[in-house]
Amino acid sequence: MAKLICGVGTSHVPAIGAAIDNGKTQDAYWKPLFDGYQPARDWIQDNKPDVVIVVFNDHASAFSLKLIPTFIIGVAPEFKPADEGYGPRKVPSAEGDPDFAWHLAEHLILNEFDMTIANEMDIDHGCTVPLSIMFGEPEQWPCKIVPLCVNVIQYPAPTAKRCYDLGREIRAAVEAYGPDTKVAIFGTGGMSHQLQGERAGLVNADYDQNFLRMLTSDPEQLKTLSHVELMREAGTEGIELVMWLIMRGAMSLDAKEIYSFYHVPASNTGAGLIILED
Amino acid sequence: MPKDYEDIPGTYVMDGRHCRLGYQLNMFCLSLNEAANREAFRADEGAYLAQYPVTPAQRTAVLERDWLGMLQLGGNIYYTFKLAIFDGRSMQYVGAAMSGVTEDSFREMMIAGGRSVEGNRSKKEQARG
Repeated sequence: MAKLICGVGTSHVPAIGAAIDNGKTQDAYWKPLFDGYQPARDWIQDNKPDVVIVVFNDHASAFSLKLIPTFIIGVAPEFKPADEGYGPRKVPSAEGDPDFAWHLAEHLILNEFDMTIANEMDIDHGCTVPLSIMFGEPEQWPCKIVPLCVNVIQYPAPTAKRCYDLGREIRAAVEAYGPDTKVAIFGTGGMSHQLQGERAGLVNADYDQNFLRMLTSDPEQLKTLSHVELMREAGTEGIELVMWLIMRGAMSLDAKEIYSFYHVPASNTGAGLIILED
Repeated sequence: MPKDYEDIPGTYVMDGRHCRLGYQLNMFCLSLNEAANREAFRADEGAYLAQYPVTPAQRTAVLERDWLGMLQLGGNIYYTFKLAIFDGRSMQYVGAAMSGVTEDSFREMMIAGGRSVEGNRSKKEQARG
């Protein structure tokens, strides 16, 4: 039987990927962040998943304003890095897991989460940066990937509660999957940041750190977060935090916190990382 | 109908109204994802942009790289940032331009912990200072 082994929450800031790609992780600016990531990399090295569900948002790469699905699941055998305007990141393509991804899609839709199914999609920094953060720079990613995209660019994003509930159903789907498979789920984005407008540069470290604490201790409370509160307190782009709740919903209520880390700044963002063991 | 987020200062929420206002502008920006389009835009910005039915104000904002102007005219940061990538600019450069400071002082602000939420939660709070 398949089993969820862990959930990871992490930022997916493109500049973190660029720091890795350009060999700057030991520069004074980036070193504290990458030092903070090392225990997470060590832990996942010792607790290798067979497949990771990466929850992220596409940033006008595979999708656009032309069509705006709220939840998308990638069922392809392979996902290539997207050209976001710089040329594609020079990281490996991700190997998909079509059997598992189709199982998830069918289970979720039959249980009333109406996923959009993607047979072809490129993955942008939202997906590749978390893989780099956790797995470094391998020739091939060490596990299969199921990308799960969430619209958080066009208002309104799905609610915190809807995201958490989707996570609960993902857990049920994993538990109903026959093959022996160790599954991890990454919830990515955030933490507090605002990229736009005269309020650009907003970071709310107290809010982020409280979010990290509540994620472990009182996730049911986080379900009640409203969009206006998230935008006001964590910035318009901080609304990406709802994607962490999909990860949290997929974990047991009493999941154990293995590691938690927070650092400001990563580019324009408060960067967090948490590992929960099921 | 008034929206509950309208009192957040210095913020342009990408709601339906904003999407309709900036759709063509954002789709122009999106086209820069393709290398061939980047080359065509580099060769003749005005001619390339003329393929998109943007408004005269949007056209001027693009050609003058008026980052706050593009936002106010319906741009979305993830789309207009494609133009910044094209120019070799960073998100901090754009953030500085939109908030009216130099890139260096914006970077300093970020290193010092970012823009505080205190006094910036609402227009009412901001007006009180």
